[in-house]
Amino acid sequence: MSSTAATLAPPEVLARYEAVIGLEVHVQLATRTKIFCGCPTSFGAPPNTNVCPVCLGLPGALPVLNRRAVEMAVKAALALNCTVRPVSRLARKNYFYPDLPKGYQISQYDEPLAEGGWVEIFVNGTRKRIGVTRVHIEDDAGKSLHEGFEDSDRYTYVDLNRCGTPLIEIVSEPDLRSSEEAYAYLTELKLLMQYIEVSTCDMEKGHLRCDANVSVRPRGAETFGTKTEVKNLNSFRFLKAALDYEIARQVAILENGGAIVQETRLYNPDTGETMGMRTKEYAHDYRYFPEPDLLPLRISEEWRERIRAEMPELPSQKRARFVEQYGLREYDAQVLTLSRDLSDYFERAAAVSGDPRGTANWVMGDLLGALKAEGKEIPESPVSAEQLGELVALISRGEISGKLAKEIFAKMWATGDSARTIMEREGLRQISDAALIEKIIEEVLAANPKQVESYRSGKSGVLGFLVGQVMKATRGQANPALVNELLRKKLG
Amino acid sequence: MKITEQEVRYVAELAHLALTEEELARMRAELEEILVYMDKLNELDTTGVAPMAQVLYEAEETATLREDIERETFDNATALANAPSAGGGYFKVPKVIEK
Repeated sequence: MSSTAATLAPPEVLARYEAVIGLEVHVQLATRTKIFCGCPTSFGAPPNTNVCPVCLGLPGALPVLNRRAVEMAVKAALALNCTVRPVSRLARKNYFYPDLPKGYQISQYDEPLAEGGWVEIFVNGTRKRIGVTRVHIEDDAGKSLHEGFEDSDRYTYVDLNRCGTPLIEIVSEPDLRSSEEAYAYLTELKLLMQYIEVSTCDMEKGHLRCDANVSVRPRGAETFGTKTEVKNLNSFRFLKAALDYEIARQVAILENGGAIVQETRLYNPDTGETMGMRTKEYAHDYRYFPEPDLLPLRISEEWRERIRAEMPELPSQKRARFVEQYGLREYDAQVLTLSRDLSDYFERAAAVSGDPRGTANWVMGDLLGALKAEGKEIPESPVSAEQLGELVALISRGEISGKLAKEIFAKMWATGDSARTIMEREGLRQISDAALIEKIIEEVLAANPKQVESYRSGKSGVLGFLVGQVMKATRGQANPALVNELLRKKLG
Repeated sequence: MKITEQEVRYVAELAHLALTEEELARMRAELEEILVYMDKLNELDTTGVAPMAQVLYEAEETATLREDIERETFDNATALANAPSAGGGYFKVPKVIEK
């Protein structure tokens, strides 16, 4: 919970309430061209150069729907377990704004592309299904720049490159009960869209945008409270902070005997607060009507099933398989499926090591730790999946100790060499020669008579110290299990 | 009466139209006529007939889709050619305060 939220309502007061949250998420589809014209969707082009008569809304220009955008939208809908309508309809949503040159957005209204799906989330060790009300396609608006020019006090600058970029809007049921659940839901949505490759979901580029409907009610109440719509939740950090703030704000009002006003509120990341937007009451009368320039969208069963057949294994299926096939814990399966790169890396490494659980520990621990420390992603890892698999195999076959393996891993990371190459070069090999270890043990015992005496007088904890001395004398290369065994024998 | 002057004023405001009192009265009368005509159409029994927004409703929809292939775009000067005000490659509009 953010500090701003805590000042509004103390935790014991918040605990008496339950939040009810639904999210509206816009996802930019990764097509090459726009939804109704052949202009590229590339990011970062000079202003007003990825434009044509259609996306500029010039009189007489007619939209033609992009087949790839439809396919991606259907794929997303299927991944969200939705039912795809055989016939859906494009509709005009009418409003005036400078970055919307047509004077309307082409969206879908009463007959959306798909309805009635769900997403599974995993929060605090519990699985929960969040309903997906609908998925529909629409075009994006351009960009308004309100600041940054010398006459920005008098003018707004408009770039229409983004205008006409294909989006899907995914509307959830009000099934989310906390900011943590909302966070988990958005994380899962992002992961799904990336897995099925319909969007890169790059939040900094606005590929994933989120608005939330939020209300609170006393715990145990059946009816919903009055909701507010919170806009501008365009990063995972903002989402949680803004929801925590808004929940606390509403609870504070109710605790003081007030009433929630149904309104649109804007999250301000600088103050951590949500602010009511002064909108005229009829601003939401969009006068939707069927788009006369486009035919109803027909998705044949055959087309739909072809798209379904292309579907890769989804994160939830992969998690279930990791638990089943590799005997991983739920949590580990969750972490290892956080990206396709990561899960592919794990599977390749596990195939080489023959020890999936050991591999999982190394991937989630040392590998992710090293990547994080250097701000790198999986594809940039200097240690390949096969190399890590080999290292894990050496440990599980008892050729090297875990401690030595960590040392070798650090060297693999620095040089890109394989574990075997490093071991040979540096003479690092686990000592499993009993006679050699016994000799070292004798030296260690001779050097530590006090400890030997206290062990023999019953202080068995001293054993750890003695093991440590032997390991130190062998630069960590002695087989620890063997050292233990032989030490006990010697000490009697 | 099918439509009031108040409703016409509301619709005009949504469309960003400023109507004089005279225009308001005339628009109301014309819209009234249209709505009365709609009533006449409503006399037909359309039970079991799906609403039709386009006359090409029965066409094979997928035949009207385009492939995801780039086409030539306007250059910046062409894009801005009709703009009443432009600068730095952008369209310039009077300051927008709120959405």
